[in-house]
Amino acid sequence: MATAATEIKVTPEIAAEHGVTAEEYARIQKILGRDPNITELGIFSVMWSEHCSYKSSKVHLKRLPTRGKLVVQGPGENAGVVDIGDGLVAAFKIESHNHPSYVEPFQGATTGVGGILRDIFTMGARPIAVLDSLRFGSITTEGDVDARFTNATKTDPVTIAANRRILDGVIRGVGHYGNCFGVPTVGGEVGFEPCYSQNPLVNALALGIARKEEIFLAKAKGIGNPVIYVGAKTGRDGIHGASLLASAEFTEESQQKRPNVQVGDPFVEKLLLEACLEAMRTGAVVAIQDMGAAGLTCSTMEMASRGGTGIEIDLAKVPQRETGMTPYEIMLSESQERMLLVAEKGREREVLDVFKKWGLDAVVVGTVTAGGLAVVKNHGAVAAQIPAHPLAEEGPVYNRPLAAPASRAESEKDWFRFAPEGSNLAENFKKLLASPTIASKRWITEQYDTSVRTNTLAGPGASDAAIVRIKESEKNGVMRGLALATDGNGRWCQLNPRVGAMHAVAEAARNVATSGARPIAATNCLNFGSPEKPEVMWQFSQAIDGIGEACTALGTPITGGNVSFYNETLGKSIYPTPVIGILGILDDASKALKVAFRNAGDIIILLDAADSSSGLDTRREFSSSEYSKTIGGIVAGEPPAIDLAAEKRLIDCLVALAAAGSVQSAHDISDGGLAVTLAESCFAANGLGASVAFNENSSAEYALFSERGARAIVSISPTNLAAVLATARQYNVNAIELGNVTREAALRIELKGHAAIDSPLDVVRDAWANSLERTLVTR
Amino acid sequence: MKFGVVVFPGSNCDHDAFYAIGNILHKQVEFIWHQSQDLANCDAIILPGGFSYGDYLRTGAIARFSPVMKSVEKFAKSGGMVLGICNGFQTLCEAGLLPGAMMRNSGLRFICRHVNIRVEQTDTPFTNAARKGQVLKVPIAHSDGNYTADEATLAELEKDHQILFRYTTPDGSDDTAGNPNGSMHNIAGICNRERNVAGLMPHPERAMESALDSADGLVIFKSMVEALVGAAKATA
Repeated sequence: MATAATEIKVTPEIAAEHGVTAEEYARIQKILGRDPNITELGIFSVMWSEHCSYKSSKVHLKRLPTRGKLVVQGPGENAGVVDIGDGLVAAFKIESHNHPSYVEPFQGATTGVGGILRDIFTMGARPIAVLDSLRFGSITTEGDVDARFTNATKTDPVTIAANRRILDGVIRGVGHYGNCFGVPTVGGEVGFEPCYSQNPLVNALALGIARKEEIFLAKAKGIGNPVIYVGAKTGRDGIHGASLLASAEFTEESQQKRPNVQVGDPFVEKLLLEACLEAMRTGAVVAIQDMGAAGLTCSTMEMASRGGTGIEIDLAKVPQRETGMTPYEIMLSESQERMLLVAEKGREREVLDVFKKWGLDAVVVGTVTAGGLAVVKNHGAVAAQIPAHPLAEEGPVYNRPLAAPASRAESEKDWFRFAPEGSNLAENFKKLLASPTIASKRWITEQYDTSVRTNTLAGPGASDAAIVRIKESEKNGVMRGLALATDGNGRWCQLNPRVGAMHAVAEAARNVATSGARPIAATNCLNFGSPEKPEVMWQFSQAIDGIGEACTALGTPITGGNVSFYNETLGKSIYPTPVIGILGILDDASKALKVAFRNAGDIIILLDAADSSSGLDTRREFSSSEYSKTIGGIVAGEPPAIDLAAEKRLIDCLVALAAAGSVQSAHDISDGGLAVTLAESCFAANGLGASVAFNENSSAEYALFSERGARAIVSISPTNLAAVLATARQYNVNAIELGNVTREAALRIELKGHAAIDSPLDVVRDAWANSLERTLVTR
Repeated sequence: MKFGVVVFPGSNCDHDAFYAIGNILHKQVEFIWHQSQDLANCDAIILPGGFSYGDYLRTGAIARFSPVMKSVEKFAKSGGMVLGICNGFQTLCEAGLLPGAMMRNSGLRFICRHVNIRVEQTDTPFTNAARKGQVLKVPIAHSDGNYTADEATLAELEKDHQILFRYTTPDGSDDTAGNPNGSMHNIAGICNRERNVAGLMPHPERAMESALDSADGLVIFKSMVEALVGAAKATA
C-alpha cells in the first residue's frame, strides 16, 4: 500500500489498491466534482471500507428492531444507551477485533478491549464491566469433527500449536488491558470449532453507567467552537488497521500485515478515561468522539456529518510521535487512546487544564465551521477538502446477491446413532465434560481481574449471566443489579442460520433470566465470511431475520453492535457466528440467582416451557449437539426447533421466581444438555451432590445430552414447593420434580429405573475442572 | 479520624478503598493527588492497588518518585500509619519503607482469585482486631506478587515478627499448598520493624461484604480504626 505524499497522482489503479471499486471511484469524483488527491482518496477509502461504512450489511440491518420504551439511544452512536431507572442509564456495545487478533493475538485483543471501552466512556459513561466472546480453532485432537462434516483444514499438530498460541496471546491481551485499566472482566464465553483455526473471533463487550442527563453524543455543534485533540500522540501504527484488515479476507501473506495492527496502552487509556469524565463535568465539552477505526478521519468526518456542520483542522498541530508524517498518514493512522472533542468557544482553557493535570496531550487543532465542508490543512496548505455529510452518509450501499448454499446431501446415515438401551454412558459423559467448549474456563478467567470496582456479584461461571451491582442506585440498602450474557452457536448457524441466530438471542436472554434479571436490550456482533459470496450473504440475511424475530418476541431491541465480514482464510469461511449480548435488570441485586446448589435436601426441578415434541426427528436434531460432535465426530442435521413463545414464558417465570426469592439456585440447560447442567450446579457447590430420576420416552443419550431450549434447572427448599409449582403453572411452564440435592458428593441420574450415570463427583469434576489447564500448560 | 487514599496515575483500586472506608466503615476519607505534598491532616494513608504509571520499568518503581511519596515517607518516619495494598505494597518496597521486592508470579501469569491468608501477628495497628492464626479469605489480583528477599532479610522478618500474613489453605494447615505466586516463606503481607507501615498483596478492600463472597477484609480496616481510636485516647 502506498503511503505517499500528496503529489501522487491518483489513478483508478491506485484507487483499486485502496479497495475502491470503479463505481465507487466515480461516486467520489461526483461528490468532489473533480479527481481526489491521494489524501482524499485515503479518507474515502477508509470511510467507505466495509468495516466503517456497513455498505453490504446496511440494507439488512434495517430489519432489526431497535426501538423500545427503555431505549435512550439506538444504533448509530458510539454505544447503545438504555434507561435503568432512578435517573441512571447503561451504555453498552459489543465489537469484533478478529482479524488483528489472528495477525498479532496479544495486541489485537488488547486494542479490541481498548476500543470498546473508549466507545463507552465517549458517551460519558464510566465502564463497569467487560465480557469477551471468544472462538478458537481446535486445541486438541480429542473430539475432532469427522472430515465429512467440515471443510476446515484438518487439525494437524502445527495447526493445534498455532491455535494454542493464538488463544494464549488473546487471553493475555484481554486480561492485560482490562486489568490495567481497572475494569472487571466478568464473563463471556470461549468456544472451539475447527473453522476458527486461522480466523479466531475476539468480540469484546463493555458496559458503562452514567446519569441520564450526562450522556454525551458525537455531534459537532456551534459554529466557531474549537476542536480539540486529546490523548496519545499519532504515529504510523495501524494505518489501514481495522478498516483494511477487517475489510478483506486473509491470504498466505496476511502475516505481513502485522505492522497494520495497532498497539494498545491501557495505562494511557485509564488516564484518558479519568480526564474525559472530569472534562465532561466542567460543562465546557459540547461533543466528543473517540478515534477508533480510521482514526482522525472517521472522528472528524462523522462528528461534522452528524452535527450538520463543517469542520476545519490543521494537521501540523496534531501531536505526532514520528517526524515527517504526511497528511495521508496522519489522517489514516489508527494509533490508540486518542479522542477528538468539541469545546464551548472561550472555555477551551478549562478543558485543556484537565488533560494537563492527567499528563495528556490536548491541543486545539481546528474549529467547527458552517457549510458542511471538512477542510484538512497541513501547515496552512489544504491537504483535503470534502463535503462531510456525503462522505459519511452517501457512501455506497450494496444489496448483494443472496443464494442459499446447495443443500448438503445428507441422509439418515450421517446422523448420530444412539447407544443401545442400558449402555453405560459414564465414560462419554467424562469425555464431554472435558471437551474444551464445555470444560471449566477457570484457568482462563483467573487471568482476568474479575473483582476490581467491588461490584461483581457473579463473575465468570458463578451465574448464567455476569452480575454487577450499581452502587449509585442504592436506596435504603437496596441496590439494583445489571446482568449480562453473550451467546452464539456457530455450528447451529452453519446448519440453519435463521434458527441458529434465534437460539443465540434466546440463550443469552435465558441466561440473563436464570440469573434473576429481566432482559431489556441487546447488542450484536455479526461475524461472517465474505459478503461477496452469495451464500454468505444468504446466511447473513437469514441470521438477521432470526435475530429480529427473536429480539421482537423476547422484548430486547438491538441498541448497537458491529458487523465483521471477510472472516475467511484461503477462501474458507468461518461458521456464520452472530454473537448476541443481552442486558437485564435486577431491581434488587441481592436476589441474584447463581448456579451452585445450596442445601442438601433441596428439591431439584426441571422447568420446561416447550411442548416436548419439537417435530424434528430426535436423531437429526441431536446430530447438531455438542455431544454428537465430541463423541461421534458428527456435525449434521438441524439445530433444535425453537419456540420463542415458550422461551418468553420461561424467562418470565424465572424472573418471577427470583423476585419472590423462592429459588435457591438456577442454571439453564444448554451446551451438553441436562447432565452437564446438573453436574455444573454440583461442581459450583462445594461438597454437595445430586440424585435425580425421570422417565423420558427417548434414548438415554437424548434425555441426558439434548440441547433443546426453553429449559432450566432450579433447586428449591421443600417448603417452597407449592409456591414454585403455582408460579410455574401461572406462566404455563411445566415443572417436573427430578430429585434432590444430596449431602453425598456424587451425581446419580436414573432413567426409567436404570442408573445412566452414577459417579463420585471428584471423578467427573477433575475432567471438567482441569482439562483446559492440562491441555494448555506445558510444565 | 481521617483516612487518605493516594491517587497515582494508573491507580485503579482507589475508588474501592475509598468506598470501603467511607461507605462501609463510615469513616472520613479523602483522595490525595500524587502531585500534592500535603497529606491533608490524614491520620492514616492508604496506597491503593492498580498499575501506577503503567507499572513501566517495574511495579511501583516510578510511583515512589512522585511528590506525594516524599510526604508519605516523612509521615511514616514520624510514626504515621501507612498501608499499601497490592501495587501500594510494591511501591512501599520500592520506596524502601518495607524490605524486599516483588518478582513475577511463579506461574508467569496474572492471577485473580480468592486466597486464604493466616494472621501471624496481632500486635500491629493492622491486625489488632484479628485472632492470631485466624484465616482470612481475600482476593488477589496481580502479576507480580512473588515476594522475594535475601536470606538475612527473611531471617530478620521472622525474628522481629514482621510477617503479618502468610498464604495458606482454608483450614490454615498447608501454607505451601495455599501459596499462589511463589512468595518466599509464603509471605502475603509484612510490616516494618516499627510496625506502623504495612503492605499486603491481597485486597482486603474487596472483601468487605458477604455479598461479594467475603467480609474477612473488614478486620484489617477495623484494626486500623481501633488503633487510631487508641492513639487518640492516649494523646487526650
